[in-house]
Amino acid sequence: MTTATLTKTETAGAALPRRRRGDGRVALAFLAPVLIGFAAFYVYPAVRGAWYSLTDWNLLSEPGFVGLDNYAELVRDPLFWNSLKVTAYYVVLTVGMQIVLGLGLAALMHRLTRSLVLRSLLVVPWLVPSVTSALLWMWLLDANLGFLNHLLVSLGLDNQGFLTSPELAMPSVAAINAWGATGYTTLLLYAGMLLVPQQIYEAAALDGTGEVRQFFRITLPLLRPILAFVLVVSLIDSFQLFDAVAVTTKGGPVDATRVVYYYIYEEAFTHFKMGYASALALSLVLILGLLTFVQMRLLRASRSDLA
Amino acid sequence: MSAPVTVGRRRLRRLPAWICLILALGISLFPLYWMLRTAITPGPELPSDNAGLLPRHPTLINFERVLGLVSRDEARAAGGSGANLSFFLYLRNSVVYTGLITCAQTLFCAMAGYAFARLRFRGRDALFNVFVAALMVPPIFTLLPNFALVKQLGWLNTYQGLVAPSLLMTPFAVFFLRQFFLGIPRDVEQAAFIDGAGPWTIFWRVVLPMTKGPLFTLALTTAVWTWNDYLWPLLVAPGEDTRVLTAALGIFLKQSPNTSPDWTGLMAGSALSVVPVLLLVVFFGRRLVDSIQFSGMKG
Repeated sequence: MTTATLTKTETAGAALPRRRRGDGRVALAFLAPVLIGFAAFYVYPAVRGAWYSLTDWNLLSEPGFVGLDNYAELVRDPLFWNSLKVTAYYVVLTVGMQIVLGLGLAALMHRLTRSLVLRSLLVVPWLVPSVTSALLWMWLLDANLGFLNHLLVSLGLDNQGFLTSPELAMPSVAAINAWGATGYTTLLLYAGMLLVPQQIYEAAALDGTGEVRQFFRITLPLLRPILAFVLVVSLIDSFQLFDAVAVTTKGGPVDATRVVYYYIYEEAFTHFKMGYASALALSLVLILGLLTFVQMRLLRASRSDLA
Repeated sequence: MSAPVTVGRRRLRRLPAWICLILALGISLFPLYWMLRTAITPGPELPSDNAGLLPRHPTLINFERVLGLVSRDEARAAGGSGANLSFFLYLRNSVVYTGLITCAQTLFCAMAGYAFARLRFRGRDALFNVFVAALMVPPIFTLLPNFALVKQLGWLNTYQGLVAPSLLMTPFAVFFLRQFFLGIPRDVEQAAFIDGAGPWTIFWRVVLPMTKGPLFTLALTTAVWTWNDYLWPLLVAPGEDTRVLTAALGIFLKQSPNTSPDWTGLMAGSALSVVPVLLLVVFFGRRLVDSIQFSGMKG
């Protein structure tokens, strides 16, 4: 949720009162715990991760250097490419759902009510642990006893194996996570809509512009920067899909939900191919880095029209 | 449209919009109701009693058995697999895990955020940029070696192994607080400095009390994330004594027969994991909503 703020090029202002010397010693004391944590659990593992990606380590024996073999294997690994494809499919589905639903809801709230209770209730699913929501939806979507299938049957439709059919599994997982995240997205977009000056709407209403037209002609264009921010945040977030897949489908049916995070996890902890998993993880870092870079460029291109 | 629309007609025109909004609220909350409804249904009756809004014979037995309050035979009779469950313990572990990380991380990151925002030292901006870069790295990349490290230290299934990677910092928290400290006016700090207060005194006595709001916001976010965390606790601390709620739910599902999962028990366990969330909304609803909306404004 921070990427957007990075584009602001702020430099910390001069230290409090002007002093002749810097605050080196004091700063070190202030920073010590964080520096230790960063060195031990971010820098050191990053170096080790990069090293493991060049080895055949299997968690048990000593890692042996194999050069770029893992990367060569990765390029030829159909499951890796499949996992990227499946992840992309998921990202498009879930981000699409979140943003379309979030926009709609935010627009409705913006025009109808300022109720805090309503907003708090909408955000409840976001606070539910993802494991819990996955379990809950696994039950709601159950092929035999699930509530949703009762609903379908009572409407005269057929039972669906939402999580067991290769076609429906990924959309179902995407919907589960969209259920969790839409309330959050709605609040972000709603906050953005509050920034649009009320007079613009009043003027439009005087001109006889309908609510729907107002949404497409006023709200949406002025919301662009926040939409871009929400897009970045939910995109990066969605790439890291793990919990819902680990609980509901375990990558199946027939690899339909074997997303890249889950694939890495399986290689590392089910097949004990730590070296290969590290190579996969490092590749994901590069892919996400590239994606973030592209998005930041896009973000920069979408400054607010209100400023 | 020449004549002004009357209030009544306006209300009526807005009725479909209200219906959409209420429908959305229903979709948000109904699954949670269904979770509770299933949790109070007797396990053996679930195959025949799973459609009505209320179970025919509401019971608390599922909660009792996931909390480990009934004997193994009684639990099995109520639909359990006979596996040992003690959600009291997992609940405690979750509270300890979340509490430790939230308190320590917020404090340490506040100190660092303050240093980055206010103190002058060589390499400050370069160091800060390294932290910002670390924000972009997906956690799975450091998770694999961190798991290896915790394993080598012999810390699997211990609290120290569980909390180690996030106890001292996350780049996000440092970044977030530094931005906040940059935004607050310096006057008060300056006044304190003129009165002869050193950086420590200023930080503890002036800055921290002034920034209770953002600190609380960050702590809340950290607490929610930590409470929801699944993969890390599942990997390093699946043992009974250190198992947290989320991991316990995953393991519970795994132990449950694939063909007919113990849904009533699973939903009772799930309901327990949501209780803190609901408390949060009840007590801190406004602050929660404000902090999310605030991060939207920042964008």
